[in-house]
Amino acid sequence: MTTMTSSSSTASALPVRRSAARRMWRSLYRAKWPLLALAILTVLILAAAFGPLLAPHDPNRQDIIARLKPPFSSAHRGHVYFVLGTDGLGRDVLARLLYGARISLIVGLVSVFVGGVIGTMLGTLAGYFGGWIDDTLMRIADIQLAFPFILLAIIFMLVLGPGMMNLILVLGIGQWVTYARIARGQTMLQREKEYIEAARALGQKTPGILFSGILPNILSPLVIIGSFNIASVILSEAALSFLGLGVPTTTPTWGGMLAESRDQLLAGRWWLAVFPGVAIMLTVLSFNLLGDWFRDFLDPRLANEN
Amino acid sequence: MIEAGAATPLLEVNSLCKHFPTGKGLFSRNAPVVKAVEDVSFHVGAGEIVGLVGESGSGKTTIGRSVLRLVEPTSGSVRFDGREITTLNESELRGLRKEMQIVFQDPFASLNPRMTVEQILTQALRIHEPKRKDLREVVVSLLERVGLSSAHLARYPHEFSGGQRQRIGIARAVSLRPRFLVADEPVSALDVSVQAQVVNLLQDLQREMQLSMLFIAHDLSVVEYISDRVIVLYLGRIMEVARGRDLYVNPRHPYTEALLSAVPVPDPTVKRNLVLLEGDIPSPLNPPSGCVFRTRCPAATELCAHEVPPLVEIAPAHFKACHHR
Repeated sequence: MTTMTSSSSTASALPVRRSAARRMWRSLYRAKWPLLALAILTVLILAAAFGPLLAPHDPNRQDIIARLKPPFSSAHRGHVYFVLGTDGLGRDVLARLLYGARISLIVGLVSVFVGGVIGTMLGTLAGYFGGWIDDTLMRIADIQLAFPFILLAIIFMLVLGPGMMNLILVLGIGQWVTYARIARGQTMLQREKEYIEAARALGQKTPGILFSGILPNILSPLVIIGSFNIASVILSEAALSFLGLGVPTTTPTWGGMLAESRDQLLAGRWWLAVFPGVAIMLTVLSFNLLGDWFRDFLDPRLANEN
Repeated sequence: MIEAGAATPLLEVNSLCKHFPTGKGLFSRNAPVVKAVEDVSFHVGAGEIVGLVGESGSGKTTIGRSVLRLVEPTSGSVRFDGREITTLNESELRGLRKEMQIVFQDPFASLNPRMTVEQILTQALRIHEPKRKDLREVVVSLLERVGLSSAHLARYPHEFSGGQRQRIGIARAVSLRPRFLVADEPVSALDVSVQAQVVNLLQDLQREMQLSMLFIAHDLSVVEYISDRVIVLYLGRIMEVARGRDLYVNPRHPYTEALLSAVPVPDPTVKRNLVLLEGDIPSPLNPPSGCVFRTRCPAATELCAHEVPPLVEIAPAHFKACHHR
């Protein structure tokens, strides 16, 4: 457990903490599973980044003759080949999957981030200050919870107009309450601890207490909830797009593909649901594994055996 | 309180009261208040260690916190080095933090579990002397001063024992070289075997740094060992104040007598006159009228129910608040 200087250039013989990146890598390497998750995510992110270059076809080119082809089949006398089959309009599933990765990943990640940051900030403030700040924020949260999310999203999207940025904003705002409630409860627990009083006695200002005192101690559950929420956000995006309130229906997204596949599933066209489903599952699984690892990494009691 | 011969005291507390409102809501105006501290006056001279003893619920901790304005006093005055501090604003108060520090009771709750020892010990310096470059050296010398070493810099609080954590807490408290320290039951949470080490450490630091200290405890033997003077509290009020030795040899207040006779003596052959108290400490929500101790006092009379006994000097530097004896 002794921390030995690894490759520190300073001449002092004092033990030095490894740089954050190095400690992260070592911890990842030891945990194995999160490493796999990181590999999967890297592939997905590369697919999102370079999808248009890799895609064998235009994701929106309809081909009525080649509609509903199962995977590994060809059409037009063997001239066109579909690795993952085609959908009801004869569009290539692989191409749509690759193009869809971009929107789904961006919407999933960014809106969880937006909702997480807003919710954590407001929840921490409510928990720390209490009083009217707490009352006001929590009543707003209650009011928001009283509305069904879809209804709220419809109102927002009608006001803001469709588009990816607004979609991210709406999906983010839809989640803030979850984070705010957890952050508030955790903050109230931490606020009474003597180390917070010690920080005040040392003369630390309130922002410093919130950021360096409380935040690191309430982050674990928030990270876990966030990693779970990525999945539900990807699906919510599909629901909103299905209603015409998200991205245009012609833009391929994983959730949208899943939504379109419903009618075909009973007819045995499994590939329409399975491939986007697997993509979402892999994304969520990877984020959960990484989130789990990250929580442990943040906790000095569990992680730093290095 | 009347000056007991010392020069201008570093800390002077006058008629300090702290009432906590209970419950809140529509009728908060009429909500009962817990009178945690009621009309407490004392002083701590430069370089002096004053012990503060009392049962749990007697207001010891509240006094310690009020003196540092970690809780806001309801009324009364606290003067530090001649300067009234109950009216200071946030930034003036921050300047005062360099001079007055606190060591906490629970060494497991008082260190941020997500900070390394180095971060904990540089916290104060980073706030008050942000331009300072020699933080590492300062921290190492602090650690060595409290009996730890530079090998502990990168460790987290959970890797230490209770005694070691308390040493870290003490190092943090003295990192700004304060003049005054509140030690809030610093050894109550520790094993008896390490209590003495921590008390000795505090005593050594006090001598080296010319610290004044308010030493809060419920363990009379610890307080006797370290304190120059001892204040005995009961239900938020001062019962007796005396030099440590005087108090132990010649307690004058019935409550002090009872407390002292409850201290175990490590000699089974000694026969003692035990003064046993009956019942529990009354609720500070509804304290007895007159002398708060009268409900459990063997000497209580009609007078005690009507008049609050004043704290009077009965011998040089020996004060008690009792109508009798």
